[in-house]
Amino acid sequence: MRGSLRDSSADRRTGRGQYLPARQEKERVVERRRGNRQILMLTYCITIVFLCMAGFLVYFMVAQSQSVINNPYNKRQEVLAKKVTKGKILSADGKILAETKTDEDGKDSRFYPYRDMFCHIVGRTVNSMTGIEGKQGYPMLAAHINPLTQLANTFRGEKSPGDNVVTTLDTKLQKAAYEALGSQKGAIVALEPSTGKILAMVSKPAYDPNRVEQEWENLIRYPNEESALVNRATQGLYPPGSTFKILTAIEYIMENPDTYSKFHYDCSGTDSFSGNVINCYGKEQHGSLNLKMALAKSCNGAFAKIGTTLDITKFRKLTERFLFNKSLPVDFEYNKSKFSLTKDSNMGELTQTVMGQGKTMISPLENAMIVSAVANNGEMMVPYVVDHVESDAGRKVTEYHPKSQGKVIDEWVAKKMNKLMQSVVTSGTGYSLSSLPYEIAGKTGSAEFDSEGNSHAWFVGFAPADKPKIAVSIVVEGAGTGSQYAVPIAKKMFGQYLGE
Amino acid sequence: MDKAGAALKLTELFGEYDAVGVIHSIVVELSKYIIIILFAIYTWHCFTVFMGKNEERKDVIYKRQNKIMFGIHFICSLVLFLNSLDWTVIAFYLAQLALLIFVNKAYLYVYRNASKLVLNNMLMLLMIGFVMIGRISQGYMVRQMIFAGIICVLGLFIPLLIEKAAYFDQFGKVYAVLGILLLALVFVIGVERNGSRNWIKIGSFAMQPSEFVKILYVFFIAAFFSKSTSIKNVVKVGMIAAVHVLILVAEKDLGAALIYFITFLAILYVASGRAAYLFLGLGAGSAAAVGAYYLFTHVQKRVIAWRDPWSTIDTAGYQVAQALFAIGTGGWFGMGLGEGLPTKIPVAESDFIFAAISEELGAFFAICLILVEISCFILFINIALRMTRRFYKLTALGLAVEYIFQVFLTIGGVIKFIPSTGVTLPLVSYGGSSVLSTVILFCIIQGLYILNCREVEEVERQPKRQQRR
Repeated sequence: MRGSLRDSSADRRTGRGQYLPARQEKERVVERRRGNRQILMLTYCITIVFLCMAGFLVYFMVAQSQSVINNPYNKRQEVLAKKVTKGKILSADGKILAETKTDEDGKDSRFYPYRDMFCHIVGRTVNSMTGIEGKQGYPMLAAHINPLTQLANTFRGEKSPGDNVVTTLDTKLQKAAYEALGSQKGAIVALEPSTGKILAMVSKPAYDPNRVEQEWENLIRYPNEESALVNRATQGLYPPGSTFKILTAIEYIMENPDTYSKFHYDCSGTDSFSGNVINCYGKEQHGSLNLKMALAKSCNGAFAKIGTTLDITKFRKLTERFLFNKSLPVDFEYNKSKFSLTKDSNMGELTQTVMGQGKTMISPLENAMIVSAVANNGEMMVPYVVDHVESDAGRKVTEYHPKSQGKVIDEWVAKKMNKLMQSVVTSGTGYSLSSLPYEIAGKTGSAEFDSEGNSHAWFVGFAPADKPKIAVSIVVEGAGTGSQYAVPIAKKMFGQYLGE
Repeated sequence: MDKAGAALKLTELFGEYDAVGVIHSIVVELSKYIIIILFAIYTWHCFTVFMGKNEERKDVIYKRQNKIMFGIHFICSLVLFLNSLDWTVIAFYLAQLALLIFVNKAYLYVYRNASKLVLNNMLMLLMIGFVMIGRISQGYMVRQMIFAGIICVLGLFIPLLIEKAAYFDQFGKVYAVLGILLLALVFVIGVERNGSRNWIKIGSFAMQPSEFVKILYVFFIAAFFSKSTSIKNVVKVGMIAAVHVLILVAEKDLGAALIYFITFLAILYVASGRAAYLFLGLGAGSAAAVGAYYLFTHVQKRVIAWRDPWSTIDTAGYQVAQALFAIGTGGWFGMGLGEGLPTKIPVAESDFIFAAISEELGAFFAICLILVEISCFILFINIALRMTRRFYKLTALGLAVEYIFQVFLTIGGVIKFIPSTGVTLPLVSYGGSSVLSTVILFCIIQGLYILNCREVEEVERQPKRQQRR
């Protein structure tokens, strides 16, 4: 490139102009060269800018293009689908969750063998793309097969098979969760705490993705009590109820590392804090409690008392480390969980919030991430559902690895919390789980959502408590108490995944 | 074996198949790679041709580049034909071929001493434009061909014109007044297109004055600065240039306003030799840009669309997002000509043609295109370096900067490197005004160079004659 910039004519013309008087010739050369240094400077700058621009294009192609084109506004999937049969979505245990079927006229459509069981997490392609179908559409339309086979396919006028997406989902666990929830509304999330793999995700009411076109009018009817299109597991926001006491307890332990074990509270079923009356469930009198038993019995009075001692600014920071009010680093549709307590909030809001009522709203996924972090010694893992993408021949094309969201609490706090949550099962509201042959840690919740005392039933927990392999988050809408309606579902899931 | 026997044998081998379909898909698939390889070789020569001084070797390379250009043109046209099996595609191919051959021959004759590489690049860019515009819309392509044909013929007379008017540098004021009047004409008989009021319409013929005035504008600045760069003169010229820029800002033609501004700075810097002017100007320009951001909603929209097109994908970000989808989905090797969806990108045939090219011909091709544009610029600069007369030097430099900065604005805007400003890719994009002014720009630079050579020779010859006497 430098060669082209050299003022090569100078030498040549000087040679020819030898008849000129030397002075005149010199003047001409000076005149010609005047400003050339500046021109070269400009040229270098502009060339550098252009090389940066070309570099930016390369960067875009390498680092960003794959995630950019995976956008429902990009209408090029149909174009790619002319040459490639869209690949399958598979479960971790090798079952087909979605595949392309071609009818006699050569028209492709997606088929979902499990019908509504995986509808939210796997998603659909009709009437907007959702779930994995939406996010992994382009990878499934790429065919990483032998180029010769591809050429042969072209010859035969056949499409090449697209890559398959292998998920982290476990069909047996999903089935257990799906059946356990039955005809009730609600959501279930199961994670592997050490990796963040999503093992199961159920939301009800569900819809049959094979029949979206026929059912569409019904699905989008307004007002719609069912809202079957909504993935309650990630988009549904509920008051956390007593499951939030986990975070209150963590904050209390962190603020009082030496004295939390000396916590003491006498429960008479009802208490008053600056005129704000707090009742325990059914005004049950829990008597003399330490922190462990306060959590096990889910004593509202004890936690309201704890709340009055907390540094609210620090508490808020803790909840934000757990990603309240924050974007989640996940690759599917969700809504942000909300925590609105500040140090200026009044006593009424404070006492309600620390026991899980108040204005706090949480998604089942977020709650699963909280208990997973406790189970994983304080390190929060980013939930993910796509394990890898492989070619039709089974060669891995893209692999997704577990990602850490960082240590959200210290290991010793997590370990302590693990112990406290075990007491919920051994001697508290989750007692019916104690028949299983391994230690389980958990917390129930009954989140009131109206003034008549109706409540959503919650359970969050993990097992085995000493070496957690699964964490669950279960909410049953409007069912009643957590121990009565959510814990039995957890029992079936633990039983299915870890044995009875 | 006869034809029927061959067909039978093929049918046995592959079963019932659609012959044209198979040929089509194979040609499309293979052509992607062949086109990229050919264009890469062409680009490589753009930069390596200067290594070594052997003139014969250079000529061989220039001829090879020519062959590559015709080769790419043929392959692209073949694919376009197979896409549609429409015989008009062949007719248009032949018409384009005739035009390209004619321009090539005629320019080699008229611009005998000029850079052949500039000519090659001009033809290559025009050809890519024909192919891509034709793929998007045949109607546009026909218009483009007509404009290109007319202006290329007229361009043959530019050297004559330049020769006849050796006093070009005497009319600085005329250029300025004429330029400002033409730009301001938009306020009288202007129409609005794509959010900018920068078009005038006479009958059914619409044109963009800013495209033509930009050449007068360079003449004007070069004429003044070739005489003096005293503070007084700089302020005077600066004020007049500012009037140009402000009219363009009022027309909401941000791209042109930026080009005019940068061109002024570049000529001033070279003419005065003072970097201080450059930094001062860039500083003032940045301040003005920030001010414009807060004053004008259309500027804010562009910046928002640049920073995050995804959250405004329904409105401001739509165009950039579609361009990035096109480039990203096309990948390194492209979807193949006619296999993508460039029509999903608003004004893909004009301001966003780079995205359409990248989608169907591939990112490799697009990067080569960027390199060819740089090559053009370097050639222009090379010519500016050799100029002796001040006015020629500044004019060549000004035109070169105008050209390359426009390329920067359009490509940078399409790939989200900078906010999009809505300017065309010279010679490639559809647009009569754009093609006309760019060909003129190419011709003037080449013409100035020829003139410069001749003047040098005159000066050299004079003493010879004296000696003979």
